[in-house]
Amino acid sequence: MHRHIISILMENEAGALSRVAGLFSARAYNIESLTVSPTEDPSMSRMTIVTVGSEEIIEQITKQLNKLIDVVVLMELTEGEHIERELALVKIKAQAKDKADSQDREELTRLVDIFRGHVVDVTSEIYVVELTGTGDKIDAFIKALDQQLIIEVVRTGVSGIARGDRCLKLPS
Amino acid sequence: MELSGGEILIQFLKDEGVEYIFGYPGGAVLHIYDAIYRQDDVKHILVRHEQAATHAADGYARSTDKPGVVLVTSGPGATNAITGIATAYLDSIPMIVITGQVPLPVIGSDAFQEVDSVGITRPCVKHNFLVKDINEMADTLKKAFHLATTGRPGPVVVDIPKDITDPAIKVPYSYPKTVSMRSYNPVTQGHLLQIKRAVEMIMSAKRPMIYSGGGVVLSGAAAELTEFTRVLGYPITQTLMGLGAFPATDKQNVGMLGMHGTYEANMAMHECDVLIAIGARFDDRVTMKLAEFCPTAKIVHVDIDPASISKNVKVDVPIVGDVKAVLKDMNKLIDEAPHCPDGTAIAKWWAQIEEWRGKQCLEYDRKSDLIKPQFVIETLYDLTKDQSTYVTSDVGQHQMWAAQYYKFDEPRRWINSGGLGTMGFGLPAAMGVQLAHKDATVACVTGEGSIQMCIQELSTCLQYELPIKIINLNNRYLGMVRQWQEFGYEERYSMSYMEALPDFMKLAEAYGHVGMLIEKPSDVEGALKEALALKDRLVFMDFITDRTENVYPMIEAGSAHHEMRMRTNVELA
Repeated sequence: MHRHIISILMENEAGALSRVAGLFSARAYNIESLTVSPTEDPSMSRMTIVTVGSEEIIEQITKQLNKLIDVVVLMELTEGEHIERELALVKIKAQAKDKADSQDREELTRLVDIFRGHVVDVTSEIYVVELTGTGDKIDAFIKALDQQLIIEVVRTGVSGIARGDRCLKLPS
Repeated sequence: MELSGGEILIQFLKDEGVEYIFGYPGGAVLHIYDAIYRQDDVKHILVRHEQAATHAADGYARSTDKPGVVLVTSGPGATNAITGIATAYLDSIPMIVITGQVPLPVIGSDAFQEVDSVGITRPCVKHNFLVKDINEMADTLKKAFHLATTGRPGPVVVDIPKDITDPAIKVPYSYPKTVSMRSYNPVTQGHLLQIKRAVEMIMSAKRPMIYSGGGVVLSGAAAELTEFTRVLGYPITQTLMGLGAFPATDKQNVGMLGMHGTYEANMAMHECDVLIAIGARFDDRVTMKLAEFCPTAKIVHVDIDPASISKNVKVDVPIVGDVKAVLKDMNKLIDEAPHCPDGTAIAKWWAQIEEWRGKQCLEYDRKSDLIKPQFVIETLYDLTKDQSTYVTSDVGQHQMWAAQYYKFDEPRRWINSGGLGTMGFGLPAAMGVQLAHKDATVACVTGEGSIQMCIQELSTCLQYELPIKIINLNNRYLGMVRQWQEFGYEERYSMSYMEALPDFMKLAEAYGHVGMLIEKPSDVEGALKEALALKDRLVFMDFITDRTENVYPMIEAGSAHHEMRMRTNVELA
């Protein structure tokens, strides 16, 4: 059982997303994350799916996805060198009290720096931290936080692109 | 020419060469029905329930090589059609289902007879469309026909909101002759290197087995399969869906395989060293226990759907392509091959198969005082084999008996719901078959359970004068359920007994047809002869059969091909 990232270019049609989501639920495949957004070509959307399964199941998943009429072309990113990124926004309790007590905020700021994140919103009681990286990095950041301080976590799910010449394009 | 949406639909169907629409009117499709009224090129068959419309279109498609066309209204019209759409989907039958929809501005408001047809049908169609602009109507319909009939065929739903068919709104129409979809390019030609590898493996086999399925029928490749099989001289088994693609009466045919396959077919599957799967999909009713499926075989698999390959069983030489094209390539390579198959090994293999065949696994008690269902099918076969005959069936024991005892020598003659196993399929499917083949004999083999699931269609048969011969194998049990309960539930016959059955003879008469009640084995042949002679009447033959009869051989769930349960205490011929 390995983690795989599948990138899909599909027709930008109403219902395209539900065809993919429906396929995964109907055939009992796992989805860890799924992102979808328009591309430079307005007629197409790009979807990135993170799934887990044996080689046989991943082979079936790619075949079944290819069978969907709206799917134009797909690629398994994890088959080769690739870059994956996920964005997280984390709302954290960060009380600004008297100077003597400001330990919390300083430690938090150091932690955010270590992970190369940014504090993008500050109130007297709260920090919102923006963090980009692989899923593992975001997991590690969340784990490093004092769990009591976490108010909200929102993650975009993975987006990915192949390194070098390998690319997902309309077949010409 | 300027046409309204409803007129575009009907004109398009005419331009596409559609003969029949099977349908049922309702609010959302009234504009379309008005367009139907004002022409008589495309004939509309009014069924009595939307499920029957889909099965009739399905039977039409299976018995011809043309897609079936269905028209139903929104809401309940669409939901009633679902069973038939799923039936066609599981057996890869080309079908176009037009569903009416509430007008665009009220979609999503829980309007009267509104249901999300695109959403509901999504898991059981090859593709579906919602037409949102009258200008896209013709192109969308063309795409629907293209998708339904090419590649691995299947049903396509086109959902049309009522305002799109408004007679007051007209747009220019011209028949779209071509279609292009960048995301849909089914492979037809097989990969030549793979085909060469396959042929080498096939030619060097010592215990080969050909396993062919419905894909051969759909692809129109019966002639190519027959040539392939005869030139090689190898044994062939066919799936429930593949029957008829190779002549059943040919010595090389070892019968159907799988749960109720013959002893020789299943044993040969278990013992073969090269399995040649052609247009078959390794269904669980065929493979049985996967861990022990063809344990000593290398497997070649030809299929048009890449997703069918190595789905259930890992294969050694996959070939993606249209069965007909691939078989042509294979036949050519076999023709040019420098050496022949190993004659000694093949002769030894045949000797083994003949020994298995000697078990006569389909023999049954021919001296019984009760009507044996197998005897009815055998008699039907004897009486109809020399005329153009199509046999439809419902689902259950009678279906297996029809598959086992009727010898189909041609493709598209055996019409049944294999994948979904839809009770209620037989009678409406027979309507579609009879409409497509006016002069042929169409027999519907059914049981008293299945026939009652679409019995209302007897009324449709009267309206369109469809002289179907209904062979009701009436055992007063839901026979297949009862059989499983006998074998696996210590004879606890939970709800498999049908109480309060109607008098089918009178019921048939009430619908305006001929009814017959047959209670003795000695009356079987006479009744069938009499019924078949009534060329222009529907005859409902109610055969009161031995209610304890079971379908043998049987591989029970969890068992492998060589672990068949056989009939005991039978006198062999």
